Amino acid sequence: MQFGFLLEQVVNGLVLGGYYLLIALGLSLIFSVGGIVNLAHGAFYALGAYISVEITKYLGFGSAVVLSPAAVALLGILFERFILRRFYDADPILSLLVTFALAMVTEQAIRIIWGAPPISAAIPQALRGSVFIGDFLFSRYRLLILAVVAAVLLGVWLLLHKTSFGRVVRAGIQRPDMVAALGIRLQPYMTAIVMLGVGMAALGGAFFAPITIVHPAMGAEIITVAFVVVVIGGLGSFWGVVIAALLVGVVRGITIHFAPAAGEASIYVLMFLVLMVRPRGLLGERIEKFE
Amino acid sequence: MTRFSRRALLKAGAAFAGVSAIGSPAIVRAQAARIKIGHLVPLTGFLGAIGSYAQLGVKMAAEEINASGGIMGKQIDLMSEDSVNPATASTKAQRMIEQDGAVLLFGEISSASSLTIMQVAERNKKVFFSTGARSDALRGKDCNRYSFHCDIPNTVMVNAVGTALKQKGMVKGKKFVTLTADYIFGHDLLKAAKAFFSANDATLIGDELIATDVTDFSPYLLKVRQAKPDVVCCNLAGNQVTNLVKQYAEFGFPYPLVGFNLNTGDAWAMGEGNLSGTWPTVWYHTLDNPASKTFVEAFSKKYGKPPENHAWIEYITLKMIAQAITETKSTESDALIGYFEKQTQFDIMKSRKAYFRSWDHQLVQEAYPFTVKPKAEMKDKWDMLVLGEAVPAAGADLETIYPMKTQNPCNMKA
Repeated sequence: MQFGFLLEQVVNGLVLGGYYLLIALGLSLIFSVGGIVNLAHGAFYALGAYISVEITKYLGFGSAVVLSPAAVALLGILFERFILRRFYDADPILSLLVTFALAMVTEQAIRIIWGAPPISAAIPQALRGSVFIGDFLFSRYRLLILAVVAAVLLGVWLLLHKTSFGRVVRAGIQRPDMVAALGIRLQPYMTAIVMLGVGMAALGGAFFAPITIVHPAMGAEIITVAFVVVVIGGLGSFWGVVIAALLVGVVRGITIHFAPAAGEASIYVLMFLVLMVRPRGLLGERIEKFE
Repeated sequence: MTRFSRRALLKAGAAFAGVSAIGSPAIVRAQAARIKIGHLVPLTGFLGAIGSYAQLGVKMAAEEINASGGIMGKQIDLMSEDSVNPATASTKAQRMIEQDGAVLLFGEISSASSLTIMQVAERNKKVFFSTGARSDALRGKDCNRYSFHCDIPNTVMVNAVGTALKQKGMVKGKKFVTLTADYIFGHDLLKAAKAFFSANDATLIGDELIATDVTDFSPYLLKVRQAKPDVVCCNLAGNQVTNLVKQYAEFGFPYPLVGFNLNTGDAWAMGEGNLSGTWPTVWYHTLDNPASKTFVEAFSKKYGKPPENHAWIEYITLKMIAQAITETKSTESDALIGYFEKQTQFDIMKSRKAYFRSWDHQLVQEAYPFTVKPKAEMKDKWDMLVLGEAVPAAGADLETIYPMKTQNPCNMKA
């Protein structure tokens, strides 16, 4: 019985890891390609949640989880075109400052538009409750999230590994100078990567709005975990981020099973241990421009 | 990493200077004609959401007092800031008294931060009204002469909900699992809950201590199911109550969820159909008495939404403070303490008047258990609670639901 309970925590941890993945994957891509630590990533997650709550009121939950990430991805174009683009070759401290500032401006803008108190959101009635598989228990809603994450993951993997777009992006991560020498401009690719990245963060926000509190500071809360995942996974590696996200979810679940009070600390201990053994993260590649 | 260019450093320095100039409070020069009052409340973190309501309430009270001529002809200078965490709360409290010239302090929701402000108040011999902190220890073993406590303490919340649960047969012989916030407030509430369970033949079969930054409760909920309780009881605070209730509804467990702590602001943020069970509250905007109705109307007109219980408690506290200063014609700590220790009665928008008990400085007042209104009966999205009978019952002494002198280890040094 004890083993069954533990397995339940592991599976639940995998689902939670999938949710971290939606946010961390975009963060990792933007850093790997553009060399920018996007501290504003959480702000797009928060915007995704708020916009989805608004759309749900008029068009229902189904439309909201599609339209909200799409809207945020469009904002991503502006973000890349007018802000990030100026900082690719600049001192990294400047891009840190500017994205940090954008995170604060967005949080305050949310306060102005929607107010400081949290806004309410609920799961559609049909998606509530648990599913039993034998003695196993899953939240029906989280199963849906898991399916969405799996689909998104597959899509991103295919995009990066089976298309000419992906080949340029991967080459751009390793040798931007060579890509340039071949006469390919990386900037349009960067626009697409930023759209994809912030769109995924918004998708995470849209799906988590019904089961977590929707308030202005929600972006700041998620960004720390997302960074931990990126650091554990290592830069430039798709599977590194995937494994790290799932690992973080599972380690947290198991720790809570045995020592509840240590649950939140466990992921930082994990990060510490991984970095001791592998300073570039689990599957991090050696990237010339960051050394 | 490239080396910093001089220009880059300059820009970074300017950016930080800009931020700190905006972020730091304006220090107002001392003016004899104004009364400076310091107000601290969490605006960030897990209590930030309800703290934002508190700030609306206090601003409205200060504006009303100033518009009607101030206190003894002097305008109030209200300094209201984010208390952030216990360490910052204490630093800011000290600064407000020492540098900004605050004659007294009030506010706070976190019991941990309130405790550090209480120590600052005692050290500086300035009065502090702790408005929203509920830990029993603050008015018990940690009490001091300069600190007053406006909100109902944990024991009262447990009694309010417990009485309602007993009437529904949900206590005797039942198995409980509790989810408890891992800081002074939660520990204290758990202690009160345990005392209630053992006095009423209920068993506590599991307790999870939860760090205040947890937002995903799924691993804890799985543990709850493994324990197979009859009733699940929430001893959390702020955003965490909202998150737990939302995720509890998501999993759809058959065990009823009740709780010994809930603020209306957290309930409003939960979303349709998520909240059920029996909970305690200290005030709700549908209370039927003239003072309450006037306040709710004015507040709704000003802010476009009804007041939350923290807006109410900050509002009445500043009004009580203004009344005390007016009647004693003094802002001296000893005069004010004397005034409140006479157990002066105040109308706090409830059917019975309230007073600060002289020996532990607790504001003795009614409390209410509530259940959740079915959607069809809600007048608007704010109208989601059905208040139960006030506790203690009409006719009973108000103090019966508060810890008695023999139970409360409060010993104030003169």
